[in-house]
Amino acid sequence: MNSKRLLAAALVSLILPLAGAGAYAAQPAGSFDQVLPAKNRIDFVFKQMNVPVKGHFKKANVNLVFDPAAPAKTTVRLDLDLGSIDAGSADANSEVVGKPWFDLKTFPTATFVSSSVKPLGGDRYEMTGKLTIKGKTRDVTTPVTVTQNGNTAAFDGGFTLNRLEFAIGDGTWSDTSIVADEVKVSFHVEAERRAAK
Amino acid sequence: MNAPGQYSKPAVIVHWMIAILVLVALPLGYYMTDLSLSPRKLQLISWHKWIGFTVLLLFIPRLIVRLTRPVPAPVDTMPGWQRAVASITHVVLYALIIGVPLSGWMMSSAKGFPVVYLGLVPLPDLVGKDEALGDLLKSAHELLTSGLLILVGLHIAAALKHHIIDRDETLVRMVPLLKR
Repeated sequence: MNSKRLLAAALVSLILPLAGAGAYAAQPAGSFDQVLPAKNRIDFVFKQMNVPVKGHFKKANVNLVFDPAAPAKTTVRLDLDLGSIDAGSADANSEVVGKPWFDLKTFPTATFVSSSVKPLGGDRYEMTGKLTIKGKTRDVTTPVTVTQNGNTAAFDGGFTLNRLEFAIGDGTWSDTSIVADEVKVSFHVEAERRAAK
Repeated sequence: MNAPGQYSKPAVIVHWMIAILVLVALPLGYYMTDLSLSPRKLQLISWHKWIGFTVLLLFIPRLIVRLTRPVPAPVDTMPGWQRAVASITHVVLYALIIGVPLSGWMMSSAKGFPVVYLGLVPLPDLVGKDEALGDLLKSAHELLTSGLLILVGLHIAAALKHHIIDRDETLVRMVPLLKR
């Protein structure tokens, strides 16, 4: 009887770490850093005469390194091709190229570089970084939800920026009773874990 | 019940409210379309949409009044063919007074611009965003508007002809102030 118990205890003590290792294998370690460019989405909504108008960017180059075990070490860099904008209509698309809006000739790209990521619990994080548009750099903070699915992770979030802080829509367009200052930006990025070496 | 000599007061009021709005929306629509994109243009487009939706709203009392209040008979001196043309014109005018703003609303939805009435009340999108459908509805809106323009012209010309040339009571029935 006693020896049987001893045997059982020995077995359990043997199996438990193995079970732990098994779970560990199902959720492998490593950083998500292989961005899937085709899945990138940068959407925005702005209001003109209180009418919500949806737009998006077709080309965004994202580099990121996210280790679920060390989220504070996350780094994100976004280079956004502003010329790939769809601002909701053909008229708007040709308008936003010009100086009062994005001044694409001088500033073809917007960038975002993360400076800190802090866990909010669960799969939610808060990311702060420097957003540069039209030569103006501002700190922005955005919540990010990370959805892990095996070796792929999706990063979703959104924040509100004030377009006039970046001089987007200068001059006559700065009348916020026509085009509101607030622009809601949302993003979706997917990345895979580095292939096992 | 005998046909009265006048349109009822509600009929006169709602006729002229719609008339004024249509006479503002028509030139505004043509004018704003030709403007290059500017804050002013966005403002005028919004006003144009608000006027159009107001016309749609006013059409409800218009129809109720038309169906519940007796309409004056055409003046006795009017030949049969004129009566026929007048009633066809009125039916088509009614159809266009609904069709023009409705096609504009649908076009706005298809182009991805919801209508927010008076900047306060978001109206439902009648169709989803669809560039090709938007272009089609733009053509429809323009075509119907051309039709409305022609019929409004005909309607005004006929009213003036009755008043100035025939010197009959046709126009007076809708403009009591003109009573001779």
